[in-house]
Amino acid sequence: MRNYKEKIIQILLTSLAFASLFFLIGIVFILVKESIPIISEINFLEFLFGKEWYPSRQPPQLGIFPLITASLLVTAGALSICIPLGVGAALYINELAGIKQKKILKPLIEILAGIPSIVYGFFGMLIAAPFIQKIFNIPTGLCALTASVMLGIMAIPTVTSISEDALSSVPKSFKEASYALGANRIQTLFKVIIPAAASGISTSIILGASRIVGETMTVLMVSGGAAVVAKSFFVPVRPMTSTIAAEMGEAAVGSPHYHALFAIGLILFLITLIFNAGAEHISKKYRIKLGLGR
Amino acid sequence: MKSFIKIVSAALITALFAGNVFAGKVILEGSTTVLPIAQRAAEEYMDANLSADITVRGGGSGVGINSLISGTCDIANSSREIKDSEIQAAASKGKSPKAFVIAMDGIAVIVNPKNPVSALSKKQISDIYTGKITNWSQAGGNDEKIVVISRDSASGTFESFSELALNKQKVISSALMQASNQTIATTVSNTKGAIGYVGIGYVSDSVKSVPIDGVTANKINVLKGVYPYSRPLYMYSNGEPSGEVKKFIDFLISSDGQAIVEQEGFIPVK
Repeated sequence: MRNYKEKIIQILLTSLAFASLFFLIGIVFILVKESIPIISEINFLEFLFGKEWYPSRQPPQLGIFPLITASLLVTAGALSICIPLGVGAALYINELAGIKQKKILKPLIEILAGIPSIVYGFFGMLIAAPFIQKIFNIPTGLCALTASVMLGIMAIPTVTSISEDALSSVPKSFKEASYALGANRIQTLFKVIIPAAASGISTSIILGASRIVGETMTVLMVSGGAAVVAKSFFVPVRPMTSTIAAEMGEAAVGSPHYHALFAIGLILFLITLIFNAGAEHISKKYRIKLGLGR
Repeated sequence: MKSFIKIVSAALITALFAGNVFAGKVILEGSTTVLPIAQRAAEEYMDANLSADITVRGGGSGVGINSLISGTCDIANSSREIKDSEIQAAASKGKSPKAFVIAMDGIAVIVNPKNPVSALSKKQISDIYTGKITNWSQAGGNDEKIVVISRDSASGTFESFSELALNKQKVISSALMQASNQTIATTVSNTKGAIGYVGIGYVSDSVKSVPIDGVTANKINVLKGVYPYSRPLYMYSNGEPSGEVKKFIDFLISSDGQAIVEQEGFIPVK
């Protein structure tokens, strides 16, 4: 009887585990299937490097170069905000904060991750954008810079949380050995602890980047949505995610526009896949380096 | 995979039959411009007819018409006339969309209240939106860059505006694309050099509506047909409506229904 029960539970858990695999395969299958027709519908190079995105014209012009550059620009901008803030916070929590502060700070920063992205969007649109418009004296605050700032803030918890885990898993003996050799606190931090945690910190940054690239609602609301190849942070841009969100509803099923949106989705999926694989690779390496895993 | 398809199609078939069993169930889908009217009308209709079950969904005019064609909604809300290609698609699936004009809408051109420009011509609007004019000084205003704001191409308002105002020319690619009437109004009220367009119902004190060729965007001018950027709002049923669908459309066109249209900031057709 007991054996029987265990068998049932085992089968149940196995099928649950494979369910997500099934979903993954299903999603990838649909993405690829719906993207492929675009290759025959328009010149693929024109699709990737075309600078004109006018999907609802007859015939549609489907060049996604402005959308790709917008995503890259906003991601770069957001990283330059969340890396110093996120890693800095992790260093403070790990090295300087007392136990009490640490107990309060880390959960508080993680709450940032729980704020729905639409709320970041509201905040960005109504408060951050007019503010940025005023201080930089630009025609509109709905631009790549505002999107970068909002996304940078959104990615802080990811970076801080994982970086801090990496820092705190550096064995205490490393620190003690460093002090024993006469190194001071700064030297120990920069020459011993950060290098030892470097791969964990890089993992956190890559995961932050993959969150930034895939974020949709906030950029839809604050980036302005102009499909131009951006030459600065002060102009409105239209990242890939917000393009899909704004246009999927209207694209006639089976039209080149529809397939183009799926192809954009596939490209986004590949980008985050590469990021996540990179993070996985680095974090494995780091476990081995510290002698904490296989 | 095959059995999965079987299960899904079984579920779909069940849903279809279920839809027929409960005759009081009506699904409306489509234009976000028509949405507030449809929503209020559905609420009042259901209050008066307890057996009725009316669901209203947004998505955009194109989405609504596609759903009508594929049979997933009973009434398609649309802020534009059905396209020839859509009529053909419907015919190929044995559907024949029938149009009802349920309200009139005017598209107002709005600028920031601080902008001294208080009149524009149709030509100027088209030049601004296609990028031939980029500075307010070229349109009788201050030396300030024009921030062109447009609706996303998914919206019926975009398609109507591009037909009525731009003669289907391309909107300049540096234009900001916003997802709703409300975000356009908010952005214009926050941005000094901005110009945008919204349904007349969305004009408020925080933005300034600009007369076009000397004609102000208001109800009287839309009904008289003198305001250039005005359009009818439609509901499409599949063929001659019957049962609950017919009763609902009749309700909207009645004086009670048209009172809702007026309360929501649109212009009654009667």
